[in-house]
Amino acid sequence: MSRTGSTIRTATPAAAAPLDVQRVRRDFPILAQSVHGKPLVYLDSAATSHKPQCVIDAVSRVYSEFNSNVHRGVHALSQRATDAYEAARGKVRDFINAADSAEVIFVRGTTEAINLAASSFARPRVKAGDEILITHMEHHSNIVPWQLLCEQTGAALRVAPIDDRGQLILEEWERLLSDRTKLVGVTYVSNALGTVNPVARMIRLAHERGVPVLIDGAQATPHIPIDVQALGCDFFAFSGHKTYGPTGIGVLYGRREHLEAMPPYQGGGDMISSVTFARTTYNDLPYKFEAGTPNIADAIGLGAAIDYLRGLGMDRVAAHEADVLAYGQARLAETPGIRPVGTADHKAGVLSFAMEGIHAHDVGTILDLEGIAIRTGHHCAQPVMERFGVPATARASLGVYNSREDIDALIAALGRVAEVFK
Amino acid sequence: MSGELDLDELYQQVILDHSRKPRNFRELACANCRCAEGHNPLCGDRVTIYIEIEQGRVQDVSFSGSGCAICTASASMMTDALKGKTVEEARRMFTWFHDMLTGKVPTGQVADGIGKLAAFSGVLRFPIRVKCATLPWHTMAAALAEDKADDPVSTE
Repeated sequence: MSRTGSTIRTATPAAAAPLDVQRVRRDFPILAQSVHGKPLVYLDSAATSHKPQCVIDAVSRVYSEFNSNVHRGVHALSQRATDAYEAARGKVRDFINAADSAEVIFVRGTTEAINLAASSFARPRVKAGDEILITHMEHHSNIVPWQLLCEQTGAALRVAPIDDRGQLILEEWERLLSDRTKLVGVTYVSNALGTVNPVARMIRLAHERGVPVLIDGAQATPHIPIDVQALGCDFFAFSGHKTYGPTGIGVLYGRREHLEAMPPYQGGGDMISSVTFARTTYNDLPYKFEAGTPNIADAIGLGAAIDYLRGLGMDRVAAHEADVLAYGQARLAETPGIRPVGTADHKAGVLSFAMEGIHAHDVGTILDLEGIAIRTGHHCAQPVMERFGVPATARASLGVYNSREDIDALIAALGRVAEVFK
Repeated sequence: MSGELDLDELYQQVILDHSRKPRNFRELACANCRCAEGHNPLCGDRVTIYIEIEQGRVQDVSFSGSGCAICTASASMMTDALKGKTVEEARRMFTWFHDMLTGKVPTGQVADGIGKLAAFSGVLRFPIRVKCATLPWHTMAAALAEDKADDPVSTE
């Protein structure tokens, strides 16, 4: 076991000292518990990550200290709430390196972010005969909004294929990029396979043909340092809850010129500057897209999660997770009866696999009784399952708090699964 | 939580046996055959039940598809149990099985003619797996509902 561990140090060298994972674990109170009498081993961060105490405290502090509505009160609490809410927006700006805080729209999550872009950006500019280009490895949330758009406009959805290792076939994708393509949607990291797509190159290729690009960053922000300006993407969507923040908060980043030109997504309070029955003037960015009272506390919680990650250093987080991922891949590879699903050269955070003759659901139940939480099923990516000819996979996914010991516990429990079904 | 969950409660030997070697795992093609498809989108279980009714009795019944051990064993044991039963008896067994897995049957109370199917009572303690066990039964009930050949009333 230890020999395997020492032969697969593929982590990128980080400038700073490696992450102290035991110290990180102490920041997450939920991890210190037993499940079915066994210490919890949480390997389901791709579904949702846990929250460090500082995030829990930040949300709690909103309600216990300065809960108030934002952008409208003259009183002190409202001012404090507004300041904290806008400070969180600034933290997101820094986190993804947007040029301007006004380009950061708070939404409920990645799903809403993509729907917003599909409705307000794509729909007015797409007509019958046009095409939206996505890939075979998208999450349903980066498929269905485009299907709805295509139904409404008569446009066609084109899907670039992936190879047997779960990597996008870039030449095929490029071939599908045409004069008819009005938008490219692509996931940065596949939730079902862990594949990291060459998004910087894809954005460059799309832009050479004048095609705007939306990046689904839901599985990227917890693992990879993000720089939307360096990437050059037109839109970038991500969720707070997968990035150690609260549920119900997420972000759509959009380039200012796009956001300026887009009609509002929803109408209501906060998104207007004046309303008469004859005419309404919309508010400036980003408020034009934040109708109604926003999710103030959870936006502030997301800001705290970003502070936490920046405190650890995203490069160190990435290096640590790369080490655990490589260790996990090596251990799974030497485990009999395991077929890994998704073996791309460049991966982040996900170990998806099938067990010979054993349904993923049975694997999940037995692992649960061993205290190990994984996801089983189609992972909201049914086309991926179909591509690999499996009804479901078992997916162990990593967070910053996972260690090689968690992988060892997983492998031992898989042995127990094999025993039950031998 | 009330008491420790035990793996053997869920994966009883008879269930494991049927999941490894499913009985009546074949398609049925005959003039009187009815079939229905069942799908649990959550976990990807897919099952098709074929049922042949003659003079109000289950002449033959089989299944195809792919699913987890619980779903496969449930389909296998259900098809074994249904052979020779009247349509009315089959419907009653479905109701009983469904009640057992939704906690409506007092623990330990085994209805006549249920026999080995009682092995599934342990699934009750694994709520997320209940649908795996009941999918074949729901599908069978749908196939029966379709069987109106002797009925004067058309379902069209």
